[in-house]
Parts: sequence; structure tokens; C-alpha cells
Amino acid sequence: MAASTAPVRRAPVGKRLGMAILPVYTGFVVLYLFLPILVMAVFGFNDIQGRFNFTWQGFTLEHWANLFNRYPALNQSLLNSLTVAVISTLVATTFGTLIGLALTRYEFRGRGPLNLLIFLPIATPEIVLGASLLAMFVSIGWARDITTITIAHIMFNISFVVVTVRARIAGFDRALEDAAMDLGADEWTTFRKITFPLIFPGILAAALLAFALSIDDFVITQFTAGQTITFPLWVYGASRIGVPPQVNVMGTLIFLIALVGIGLWILLQRRELSAAPTSMER
Amino acid sequence: MPSWLRRHRGLVPYLFLVPGGLWLIAFFVIPLITVASVALQEGSLGTGYRLTFNFGIFPDAIARWDTQLLRSLQFGLIVTVLAMLIGYPMAYTIAFRGGRYKNILLLLVIMPFFTSFIIRTISWKFILADQGFVLGTLKDIGIVEPGFRLIATPVAVIAGITYNFLPFVVLPLYVALERIEPRLIEAANDLYASRFQAFIRVTLPLSISGVFAASLLSFIPAVGDYLNAELLGSRNETMIGNVIQRLYLVNNDYPQASALSLILMLGILVSVFVYRRVLRGQELTV
Repeated sequence: MAASTAPVRRAPVGKRLGMAILPVYTGFVVLYLFLPILVMAVFGFNDIQGRFNFTWQGFTLEHWANLFNRYPALNQSLLNSLTVAVISTLVATTFGTLIGLALTRYEFRGRGPLNLLIFLPIATPEIVLGASLLAMFVSIGWARDITTITIAHIMFNISFVVVTVRARIAGFDRALEDAAMDLGADEWTTFRKITFPLIFPGILAAALLAFALSIDDFVITQFTAGQTITFPLWVYGASRIGVPPQVNVMGTLIFLIALVGIGLWILLQRRELSAAPTSMER
Repeated sequence: MPSWLRRHRGLVPYLFLVPGGLWLIAFFVIPLITVASVALQEGSLGTGYRLTFNFGIFPDAIARWDTQLLRSLQFGLIVTVLAMLIGYPMAYTIAFRGGRYKNILLLLVIMPFFTSFIIRTISWKFILADQGFVLGTLKDIGIVEPGFRLIATPVAVIAGITYNFLPFVVLPLYVALERIEPRLIEAANDLYASRFQAFIRVTLPLSISGVFAASLLSFIPAVGDYLNAELLGSRNETMIGNVIQRLYLVNNDYPQASALSLILMLGILVSVFVYRRVLRGQELTV
């Protein structure tokens, strides 16, 4: 406390320079993180002659205009990725939330093995997860297609959902539920009106994480895809002969959509926060 | 709630566990067991496989791919240390100096994930290219000699993997640092510890759980990675992931590939265990 009440002295120049090092450094790391994304976005406007998008040859909006016209297989791959991501997110979020609830709200036997079962898929390299699934699918003669990709994505997403949801429920005040029950609500009503709304932000965060992990997954998908092509697989295949600028445009577009989504989410949370006191007054 | 469930309340948690738990058993545990059994089989796709309990496959695989195994371990360690060195000061800045920009800075750390992993890696290939805009320009000015290259060298592969897993390092470090009570650090300063001493004796030990989580989150995916070695490296940077991928998907040598997968997984589990013991010992001495 002494430090906060002491009069503020102006630090000597040398020390102030020292204080600036960390923020400046952090700025540089952020730049490093965004450099490849910037390059991707810029080269989506490159007016390429021929197949290679390696050197800057002039500005064009042609690739934005012809985004979905040039490569039907690319469109299909994007559609496959979205399908897998949506289904695996819905299923994994449901299954993972249930496990998260069980782990935090109930006493039961077998907690230790269950925690291990949740932790191991996260601690296993993706290539081992993918390779194991491939070995199993081949052994039982299960043809690999979009179904096996979805099965694999649900598997690796469950653990991430459990971990995310559990963190949210752990900081949850049980007295609120007791209060609802005291006021005559039955268990289902209490869950619907109290528990679920309170843990919903955690579930939403888990779902977003699952969606992001699924749509970007390359390794496990490569092992479980068979002949099916997802967006990352298509880009990988194209990288051997030269990635067309349409991929840069799609990457930029996905990035922008995510950005807008996050912006909306932040705005929504701000409004909820500022709306909270008024609803309490009423 | 139906009445039969009301009578057997103890069953409720198990009902919650069934769908997810069964899914993990069917598509994680059983595949791992399958890999173990495939490793012990002999044969080929054409002639079929027979379980021969060929345990000799493990020493054979290690002897045959020792270069790639060692290289993966080495790259994994270098990447982890590098990512920690780059990520710790950043996490520290966000946690202690972030102020009202904290959430925005954290968002900036995870935002690269909105662009596909593979697109970012291809982007790096392009940035580091021999005549790309970085090296090309440096060569034109004459700062770098014309023969110098980054692509197809260990430097490019290690830099690529470090880049990919840096956010995984910053986030857990931030979580651990954020939890530290600033008054503990002030107390150290009041007791005449220099800023450096206060960091070494107070901040660093208190953030050790974050260091542990962060190093696992970079080491595990780094050791198993094969995309960076494939896109940014040459034949001299082949990692164990590349070998496993090729054996499974190109050569269809399932027993050998399964044996290597198991070796990789066991190797990682053992290193994680040892590492935890080492860090715990360190915690006790502080």
C-alpha cells in the first residue's frame, strides 16, 4: 500500500527508457505474429502473370471478384471444412459440457481415470492421434471420408471443451442455485434459469475454440480424410505447384469475418455489463 | 427429471459422462491399442497382417530412424527455449504493464490463429525465399552475400515451428503471471531486492506453473510437427513426423509407422514426467 500512497516522482530519463523497453519489445513481437498474415493479405491483390504468386506484379481486384469462379474444388473443400467444423463443434460442445458439469457438480468414483482420459488427447501429438485413427479405420475396414474426419474432430475437441467449460464452472457461486431452489424452483428450472445462463459464456468460448481448431486442422485431417479434401488439405496440395491468390483472398476473408465476429462479441459483452446495474435496480 | 432417475441420483454424473467418455474410448483409447497391436504385426497390405509379437521392431525402428528421432527432440527443445525467451517478456508485459489494453493485447496474441496454420507457414516460405522481398532486398543492397539462404535450413524450420506455437506459450504464462500478487514483488523491493533479484526470487518461481504448461504446449506439438520441416526445410531437416507420415500415407508400412508413433508418444510422456520432477525439485528449493 505504501507504494500507491507515496507521492509520484518523475523517474530519471534512464529509468524511463528502461520502462519503455518492454512495451516496444511487445510491439515488435505482435508485428512478428502478424507479418505472415499481412503478406497473405497483400498478395491476394497481386496481378500475377502465370501460376506463381511470388513477386509483386501489380495491383488487381480480380481475385476478389473471381473468388468462387476459378477453382470449384477449392469451393468444395471450403464447404467440407465448414460442414465438419459445424457438426464437430455442436457434438463436442454438448459432450464436453456434460463432462465438465459432471466433473464440477457431482461426486463420483473414477474421477482420476476420467481426468487422465481428458488430459491424454491434449498431451498426445496430433500426428499420433491421426495415425492411431488411421490404423484403426484400416484394421476394421472403415472407408475414410467426411464422416471419419468429423469423428476425429469431435474426438480431439471434446477435451478442449471440457477444460474450457470446467474453468468457467469452477468460479461459479453455488449459493445462487441454492437460492433458486429455496424460492421453490425445481432442479430443471434452476438449471434453465440460473446455471445455464451463468455458464453460457464458458460454453460459447469452448464452442468458438472447437470451431477454430476444427476448421484449421491439417494433421489429423490428412490421416482420416481418404479422398475427401478440406480447405487446409487443398491449400497444402496446391502449395506444391503454386498457391493461387484466391487462397490468399479466402484466408483474408476468413480472418476479417473472425475479426468482425469478435468485435460484435466484445460489444455485446460491454452492453451486458453496462445493462447489469439497471436490471438489478428493477 | 424422470422418477427412476430421482430414485438413483448417484447415476446422474455417469449419464453425463457416457456420450463423451464413450467417444474418447472408441476414437482415442481403442485406436492407441490398435497402433500397439499393428506395431507387433508382420506382413504387408497385399499379403495381409499376422500378429507375431515382433517386439524387435522397436529397437529396429529406433536404430533405423535415430537421426530423425534425435533431430525432433533437438528441434523441440530449441523451439521450446526460444518460444519461452520470446514469450515470457511479452506475457510479463501484458500481465503487469497491460493496464486497460490487457484484453486487446491478448486478442492480438491469439488472432494469428484466425488464419490457417498452413497458410501462415506458406507465407513464411515466401517471406524467407532466396530471392524473396527480404533476402532479395538485402542481397541487392549487398548486406548479405548472394549465396546466403534461409529456406531449406534448420534455421527456417526452427523459426517456423517457434512462430506457430508462440501463442501457446504466451497464454499460459500470462495466466500464471496475472495471478501473482503485485504486493509480493513490492515487498521484495522494500526489502532491498534489486529489480532483477525480485524477478529471480519472487516472480519467476511464482510463475513456474505457467512455465511448465507453456513448455509442454510448445514441446509436444513441436516434436511431432512435420509441416514446417516439409514446407520450410530440405531432406536434411526431416523430422520424425515426416517419417511417420510418409510410412503411413505413402509407403503403407503400417507396422513400422505404428512402432514409431508409439516411440514418439512414449518418449514425450517420459520427458513430461521427468520435466515435472525437475521443476518440482526446483520449487522445493526456492
